[in-house]
Amino acid sequence: MTSEKKPGKTARYGMMIDVDRCTGCGACMVACAVENNIPPAHDGADDRNGITWIRVFQVDNGQDYPNRRSAFVPVLCQQCGKDAPCVAVCPQQAVQVDPATGIVGQMPERCLGCRYCMAACPYHARYFNWWDPAWPAGMEKTLNPDVAPRMRGVVEKCNFCHGRWHAAKQLAAADGHAIEAVDYVPACVEACPTGAIRFGDLNQPESAPAQAAKNGNCFRLLEKIGTEPKIYYRSKKDWVRQIASAPKPGQIAPKLAGKETSRG
Amino acid sequence: MDKQYIARGVKRCSTARFLLWIAPWLALLAFGLYSAGLCLVKGLNQTNMDNRFAFGLWIFLDLTVIALGAGAFFTGFLLYILKLKELSAVINSAVVIGLVCYSGAIAVLAVDVGQPLRFWFTFWYPNVHSMLTEVTFCISCYLTVLAIEYLPILLRNRKLRQVPSFLVFEHELHKLVYVLAGVGTFLSFFHQGSLGGLYGVLRGRPFAFREGFLVWPSTFFLFIISAAAVGPSFILLTTWLVEKISRKRLVRPEVLQLLGRISGLLLAVYVLAKTVDTLIWINRTSPDAGFPAAQYYAWKPFGTWILFAEIVLFGMIPALVMLTPRLRRRTGWLVSAAAMACLGVALNRFVLTVQTLALPTLAFDKFLSYWPSWQETGTFLAVVAYGVLVYSVSFRYLQLFPEERELKAEVQQEQEELRVMAGRY
Repeated sequence: MTSEKKPGKTARYGMMIDVDRCTGCGACMVACAVENNIPPAHDGADDRNGITWIRVFQVDNGQDYPNRRSAFVPVLCQQCGKDAPCVAVCPQQAVQVDPATGIVGQMPERCLGCRYCMAACPYHARYFNWWDPAWPAGMEKTLNPDVAPRMRGVVEKCNFCHGRWHAAKQLAAADGHAIEAVDYVPACVEACPTGAIRFGDLNQPESAPAQAAKNGNCFRLLEKIGTEPKIYYRSKKDWVRQIASAPKPGQIAPKLAGKETSRG
Repeated sequence: MDKQYIARGVKRCSTARFLLWIAPWLALLAFGLYSAGLCLVKGLNQTNMDNRFAFGLWIFLDLTVIALGAGAFFTGFLLYILKLKELSAVINSAVVIGLVCYSGAIAVLAVDVGQPLRFWFTFWYPNVHSMLTEVTFCISCYLTVLAIEYLPILLRNRKLRQVPSFLVFEHELHKLVYVLAGVGTFLSFFHQGSLGGLYGVLRGRPFAFREGFLVWPSTFFLFIISAAAVGPSFILLTTWLVEKISRKRLVRPEVLQLLGRISGLLLAVYVLAKTVDTLIWINRTSPDAGFPAAQYYAWKPFGTWILFAEIVLFGMIPALVMLTPRLRRRTGWLVSAAAMACLGVALNRFVLTVQTLALPTLAFDKFLSYWPSWQETGTFLAVVAYGVLVYSVSFRYLQLFPEERELKAEVQQEQEELRVMAGRY
């Protein structure tokens, strides 16, 4: 991010996730949940109906010991840059792209809970509130006052920590300049102990995601669908880069048998 | 007890027998309402849907019943716009079936959404790019049209006719029938298509995604044709069933054959269009998105058999049966073919709803399975029970089959002649 940037100029916030650095510790998931007031999992919730805006998947190369290799792939809303599948399908405009940041935003207050956007998302990065949000007694004191908890029956997803963005915007306004991408980082970026997740403006050539976009070791998930995700992954390993493509039963799928990390 | 409500000249079973018939359906409806109530009060955690299987049994049910209920608009279109007068024998029944199917689908949708009290948001903040907006608008409007079409049938009830203002109102309403048929056809074409478009536009689900014409994917047009094809089949099937259950002749065999011929013709067009669409999807659309189509069918149990069943077994075969005059004249063949056509459209809707969501999209994704909970099944059964009850009550007290009286007289005459002949020999 450069200081020469003109106030009001549009940005395209994105991320670069270095898969080779990710240890699968799950700190990003915890930080995300705390930052965004995601309630503790309800009794009976499992990996398919719980809420976690960022989810770390474990993948391996399918080889036997001693050639077996594992990697961890954090998956969050890919913030599609073109024809985001969830935006067009929402019947009541509860999903909108902020032209100033390129962030695909979800408005739970307007959401009908039809879940059409969830069916439309190929990255499975949208979550439905199957239960009323509830915090154990006393734990509600830990709630982030900048983020409204969502009610039962609505969809939610990663918004690059909108609460933080808003606070940064106010601070920037107080300082007399427009918000820059470097003025804030999402909670997952801050929490990652290995610095595997980096955040920036794709319109700024020196930002980590913009650099990643030009790097041969970088890939995006399901690029051929044409949604132009703004989350870039990086790995020097060929077999990891293969996960960008579609599943192929009987060939790649068993080798890349995905499972979620138990830390999540 | 309720004789004064039953139309003159037709025979209905005793009140006790009728109550005995509706009792199990009422029990099923009560169970279903309890299930739906649990979902509304406790939330959708009562279902087995989840973040990955965001749609389940209910959306499958909605798509299927709305396709089957298409007989209402299509019969109206054929009768009032294309002037196929023979179909006046089944139009009332078709309207009741349509009303039941559409109102049932909307009731289930109200349970299916997480925030049913926000239903009006779609009208207040409509996203004109969403197929679901189009579906919501058209279905709501068409349900109103169906309710207006149902009113004259209701007001022709023997007891209600005694109220002069009702009679006048019914007469005036009947004058609107051509307008209603036209509006209904327009709305139905759009929402049947939009329901197909719901999946066809899903770029992120290459199994369902289809290319198309302007903003409409090919599934938009396939849904219209398939619904128009099975609508008459479902009317044929229900009419035959009602004849069997009530042990009465309700329509002339020629009417059922005409319905079969129309259904067969449209089904043949659908099979042809579906085949072309599948070939384009296999050879171009899906590979372009990075998903060779063959891989979808490698995930068991969804093998290529499902394509064969959809296009050949429940498409081409019933179409050929219904288009062959010799087979069409045999009730067994005709009814079986109509049932197969209905099963075919249900299978098509199942594939788009369930198979689409079961298939993985990411390389580290799992193939998913889903089985509805008893609360989901109960709500599903409530719609079936509701349909049977509304139809049963309508059949008992309203004139769903205008030729029934005439046919009853003919049957009596035939029996008389047989008796005379028997006496003679």
